Amino acid sequence: MVTPLSLRVFEAEARVYRRTWRGSVVSSFLNPVLYMFAMGVGLGSLVDANIPGGVEGVPYLTFLAPGILVATAMNTGASEGAWKVMGGVVWAKTWHARLASPIGIEGLVLGHIFWSAARVFMVSVIFAAVIAAFRVAPLFESLLAVGPAVLVGAAMVSATTAFTVRLKEISGLPMFFRFVVLPMFLFSGAFFPISQLPNWLQPVALITPVYHGVELARAIVIGTSPAVAWWVSVLYLAAWIVGFGVLCVKPLRKKLTP
Amino acid sequence: MDALIRATGLTKKFDDLVAVDGIDFAVAEGESFGFLGPNGAGKTSTMKMIGATSPVSDGELSVLGLDPTRDGPTLRSRLGVVPQENNLDEELSVHDNLMMYGRYFDMARAEIRDRIAELLDFVQLTEKKDAKIQALSGGMKRRVVIARGLINEPDLFILDEPTTGLDPQARHVLWDRLYRLKQQGVTLIITTHYMDEAEQLCDRLVVMDKGRIVAEGSPLALIDEYAPGEVVELRFPVGILETLNSQIEDLAPRTEVLADRALIYTDNAELTISAVTSSGLEPATVLARRSTLEDVFLRLTGRSLVE
Repeated sequence: MVTPLSLRVFEAEARVYRRTWRGSVVSSFLNPVLYMFAMGVGLGSLVDANIPGGVEGVPYLTFLAPGILVATAMNTGASEGAWKVMGGVVWAKTWHARLASPIGIEGLVLGHIFWSAARVFMVSVIFAAVIAAFRVAPLFESLLAVGPAVLVGAAMVSATTAFTVRLKEISGLPMFFRFVVLPMFLFSGAFFPISQLPNWLQPVALITPVYHGVELARAIVIGTSPAVAWWVSVLYLAAWIVGFGVLCVKPLRKKLTP
Repeated sequence: MDALIRATGLTKKFDDLVAVDGIDFAVAEGESFGFLGPNGAGKTSTMKMIGATSPVSDGELSVLGLDPTRDGPTLRSRLGVVPQENNLDEELSVHDNLMMYGRYFDMARAEIRDRIAELLDFVQLTEKKDAKIQALSGGMKRRVVIARGLINEPDLFILDEPTTGLDPQARHVLWDRLYRLKQQGVTLIITTHYMDEAEQLCDRLVVMDKGRIVAEGSPLALIDEYAPGEVVELRFPVGILETLNSQIEDLAPRTEVLADRALIYTDNAELTISAVTSSGLEPATVLARRSTLEDVFLRLTGRSLVE
């Protein structure tokens, strides 16, 4: 019962998205274009002029591209996890309405994570296409890097949802974005290798999903060899998705069916 | 009695708060059954337990022969629910809201499309099919929620305060629709704190207060038992009423002095009004009316329904 009905949740989200997809596609396209310009033309030329041989053997923009692809996927996942849940549970209360149907909490959570991962997929595919269009990396490898990006995005959907459903005050969300999501975006190896971080901070970067996703994506796009075996990173991200997904169930049940 | 719902000692607790305190009731097929009571009486908690969206804390509850705790999804697939809050997707059209909801019940799209046409005709919103929810009036939204609740042709239709917050005209439109459903033999469960709504729609009702059932019967039987006859309502200029307690109590065996007015229960309103006049009282307004469920509630609990 859980699985087929979670597909109905997915379908409902797709129906909602159908109304706003144009704007969403435009911003999903503009975002990487802006990054490619700012980082490539601006910062990239500065870095490349000062580091002969490039970062990890490649021009800065090539080093950076798989990194922000994954970091952006993380951001998308966090937004879906936060605002979609606030809307469904607190604002429009559409999730309450769903639970008056045969859909149960598990189906609701599964459908939500599944749909949000699909959103991350869309954003990431467009990102990868822009990377290829700027000739930063070949199209095929860029598209392959969407795989780890989606894993990271889904991991963040689960984690952010598990956080949001435990919130008593909405003011917790801006704090979450400022003190968890933004640092993760900046310091998990997307913009520079984590070896640049102070020693004590490196293990912290190591436990973020972004770090593992970035390492995987970079291995695919520029052929670097990650410090952690690829399957360990994949399993680690999968554990985030499942583990935090499970942690969503109990507080949601308490909130929606007290 | 062949009961669609049977509750014995039904209890709902939230930590230390007892919201529903061991109530017993049974609802027969085709019946229109009401829960009347003020906010916080435990009506909504009872509805949610019946609708299998809130676990039973104690006691027994059987709905359509199913156990809401064990058979939640199966039971919910056979219920229609109109919750207190509309919780529609405001940015989607009427059609999309209904289509989406039908899909939650795993119905085929073509089947839902037919059902939508039928239901929009029933709630008189056919021309609003493609309108966004946010463009509709409160009464129209409520009618969409009623159509949504009926999408799966439920065996039992649960309405939690269906007309709270609507203007009188919109309420009458809704009552008319619900009355038709009742005539079609749909079993209705309605909570309300409006006595006129309970009188219009319910064959039988229970009066709830502080988690308990304080009376049960048809609206007329309840009025006959607890507040027979007529009521004379007296209003006085601000500040005067409190000083008149004893004078008012002398007018009839049963009187109630409320914050804003005094009620005198009587068999003959005309005689009572002349008694008021000859006693030297000078009320600002005098109103004679027949007793309502509001008076029943006042009699049973000493408080008004809508505070």
